[in-house]
Amino acid sequence: MTYSLWIIITGVLVGVTCGMTGALLVLRKMSMLADAISHTVLLGIVGAFLVTHSLNGVPMLVGAATVGILTALMVQLLDSSGVQSDAAIGVVFTSLFALGVVLISFIGDSVHLDVEHALMGEIAFVPWDTWTWNGINLGPTAVWLLGFVFILNLTIILLFYKEFKISTFDPQLAISIGVPVVAIHYVLMSMVSFSTVASFDSVGAILVVAMLIVPGATSYLLTDSFGGMIALSALIGALSSLLGYTFALFVDVSISGAMATATGLLFTLAFFLSPKHGMLAKWYRRKQMQKQQLNA
Amino acid sequence: MKAIEIQNLAVTYERQPVLENVNFTIPEGTLTGIIGPNGAGKSTLIKSILHLIPRLSGDVVVYGKPYKKQRNLIGYVPQRSEVDWDFPTNALDVVLMGRYGHIGWIRRPNKKEIQFAYECLEKVGMKEFANRQISQLSGGQQQRVFLARALAQDAQIYFMDEPFAGVDAATEKAIMKLLQEWREQGKTVLVVHHDLQTVKDYFDHCLLLNKTPVDYGPTESVFTLDNLERTYGGAISFLGNSPILTQGG
Amino acid sequence: MNELLSLLTSPNTQWVLAGSSLLGFASGLIGSFVLLKKQSLIGDAMAHATLPGVCLAFLIFGVKSIPLFLIGAATTGLIATYCIQAIVKHSRIKTDASIGVVLSVFFGLGIMLLTYITKHAKGNQSGLEDFIFGQAAAMVKSDIQVIAVGSLLIIILSSLFFKEFKISIFDPNYARGIGLPVSVFNLVLMALVVGVVVVGIQMVGVVLIAALLITPPLAARYWTDQLGRMGVIAGIFGAISGVTGTLISTAGEGLPTGPLIVLCASLIFVLSLLFGASKGIIVKAVRQT
Ligand SMILES: Nc1ncnc2c1ncn2[C@@H]1O[C@H](COP(=O)(O)OP(=O)(O)OP(=O)(O)O)[C@@H](O)[C@H]1O
Ligand SMILES: [Mg+2]
Repeated sequence: MTYSLWIIITGVLVGVTCGMTGALLVLRKMSMLADAISHTVLLGIVGAFLVTHSLNGVPMLVGAATVGILTALMVQLLDSSGVQSDAAIGVVFTSLFALGVVLISFIGDSVHLDVEHALMGEIAFVPWDTWTWNGINLGPTAVWLLGFVFILNLTIILLFYKEFKISTFDPQLAISIGVPVVAIHYVLMSMVSFSTVASFDSVGAILVVAMLIVPGATSYLLTDSFGGMIALSALIGALSSLLGYTFALFVDVSISGAMATATGLLFTLAFFLSPKHGMLAKWYRRKQMQKQQLNA
Repeated sequence: MKAIEIQNLAVTYERQPVLENVNFTIPEGTLTGIIGPNGAGKSTLIKSILHLIPRLSGDVVVYGKPYKKQRNLIGYVPQRSEVDWDFPTNALDVVLMGRYGHIGWIRRPNKKEIQFAYECLEKVGMKEFANRQISQLSGGQQQRVFLARALAQDAQIYFMDEPFAGVDAATEKAIMKLLQEWREQGKTVLVVHHDLQTVKDYFDHCLLLNKTPVDYGPTESVFTLDNLERTYGGAISFLGNSPILTQGG
Repeated sequence: MNELLSLLTSPNTQWVLAGSSLLGFASGLIGSFVLLKKQSLIGDAMAHATLPGVCLAFLIFGVKSIPLFLIGAATTGLIATYCIQAIVKHSRIKTDASIGVVLSVFFGLGIMLLTYITKHAKGNQSGLEDFIFGQAAAMVKSDIQVIAVGSLLIIILSSLFFKEFKISIFDPNYARGIGLPVSVFNLVLMALVVGVVVVGIQMVGVVLIAALLITPPLAARYWTDQLGRMGVIAGIFGAISGVTGTLISTAGEGLPTGPLIVLCASLIFVLSLLFGASKGIIVKAVRQT
């Protein structure tokens, strides 16, 4: 029982942490940069491993944040040198990710860091890998790491809520009234890197993209308020985790794959059924409009 | 000879009517200015005539036949911002694109076509820039290149959407001279134009447009204060009895 | 050294090298169009989306058959592209988020199906994992023939309609004006991209094949200002990357092919960025002094 409970807690934490960060990404039209970072973070993890020879939480966070910011920087640099931004993202992330994968293959079987793990993670192993301190079992490491990143991200969002809002909505205005837009950008990129690395163990570096982008996009279809969107996105992330986990349990498939599929399911529902921006609502309103015009 | 007939044209963007009730006939060998305030639907008019956007209703007849059969007779100079200036192509290459309609599918331009493209560049005074990548040309030079492309197309009827936007006065004069030459050759040209000061000098016909044609006809009878007030709302009244207006009507 | 020589003279390696160079050339060429259409990341999403197609083909037909896999891959790849466009068209979601949503959900679905297959399906299912990162060493002659024929077809088609592709990408309104069916060309281009991705996933893998569409053309752009040359140069860069990556992967036992090919392409990109004759950083710096 506690075994599944730990998995559920992990999944929900991934959903909430990535969901609320992702809402900001979707609003700032940076989904693909997040996609890039969640790939390249792999290189940071491998790098941290090569330096410290362990898969310890803190060096991994540092490595991930470094590579995450490096990714954002390189994209920025190429962009300003005249490369169109989608291609800049494409080149940077495929290069760094390929490097990460090749390095992993060299490290080989010495650690539980392999290509498959990098892709899918293995949430099922999370409860085994516990953190013991002074002989006391404090629960899974992944939960601690995720909990830490969740609180960190939440604090940053709450502290800089106003700044995030204005620099997302109107960067020009934000600059003119002295909001450090560039710093905010890189803070957000660090948040993405942290979320990715913390989720890496459980859902894998690639499927974390689903958790980052899809709940944000879904809540974008459901609400028009900035704060509401962040909260809703976190909620949708958590819900996707639960749905995915339940499904994976019944059919015995990759839990992370099922979670990503669940985000897609919720997105599809919102796409058609959202009261305000859904296809059905739009279609209904158009019909009403036509009726009015006919009557008029 | 009627070059273009527009019958009952209407366009909506997402249920919002933008053009309604557009009917006019343009005679061959005329130079027409299309005039109206921002958002009047001038660009929309051209795009819908060329079937680049869907129409709610309306027929476009070109030299007595439906537009679709006469595409090769028509040249179009779109608004200049609509292409990717970093595209790997140079001035000559852009002008050569004007020949694509004549060359036909799959075949490559031959020496004769390339020679012709050079001549067109020469006519707009851009021959020495033939091998420049297009982003390395100034705004006016870019405009001239697109004009050369229209020239290379060797069409009978031309539509130009604000060809003078961001172009220096000398280039504008040069382009106008070219358009007037075309008219002498029996070509028909329609130009979206914003500068009311020059309308009388440039165009023999005028189409005043604001969602629907306010008036169409020879400049001297159409380009009047009364008509302009109807086109632009009251905002034009400061022109008073200015000499830029014709005194007819 | 001897090892390398024997590797090079083995007929299987020669097949693989021929296949990888053709594939590299085709993707560089098509990638040039895709890059200029600003659809590079759509290509990435489409590539990821081929994974569920491959798995579904296996689940439905129960056999490991490359042609069936390719049909499955093409189907879901096309559906994904359609979804990206439909989401942008019918909702307030912007293109980047739409790409991200489709990419991650389809890929997640693919991973789910893949694990379902490994855990449930009986019989010979090994090899499906190779579609993720590509494994040239695992390919047999008939696989290579598919790649070679597919790539050749793509190269021929895009050379034949080069002029039409060029103008419908550069100035679609104008192209429509002179009577070109631009939307048909967009569709054909999409189909060709799906083609490259589909024939290439076995060698490069779904995760990284988009790099083969993006990186060589981007590198080529530093060498020329003309689309024709850019396509050829990108093709050559792609071919070089394909051959080098495949060689290293076959020589160095078990190293995934895709990432190595991509690293070669990235290296070429960095060199072009620095030394490119048309827009390279050094050339620009020299011109300025
Ligand atoms: N793609 C579009 N979707 C919705 N509305 C549009 C679209 N394009 C134009 N409109 C609207 O249609 C109207 C006519 O636009 P159009 O571009 O034809 O004006 P115009 O006369 O060319 O103006 P300008 O002088 O500024 O170029 C405007 O009110 C504009 O807001
Ligand atoms: Mg306009």
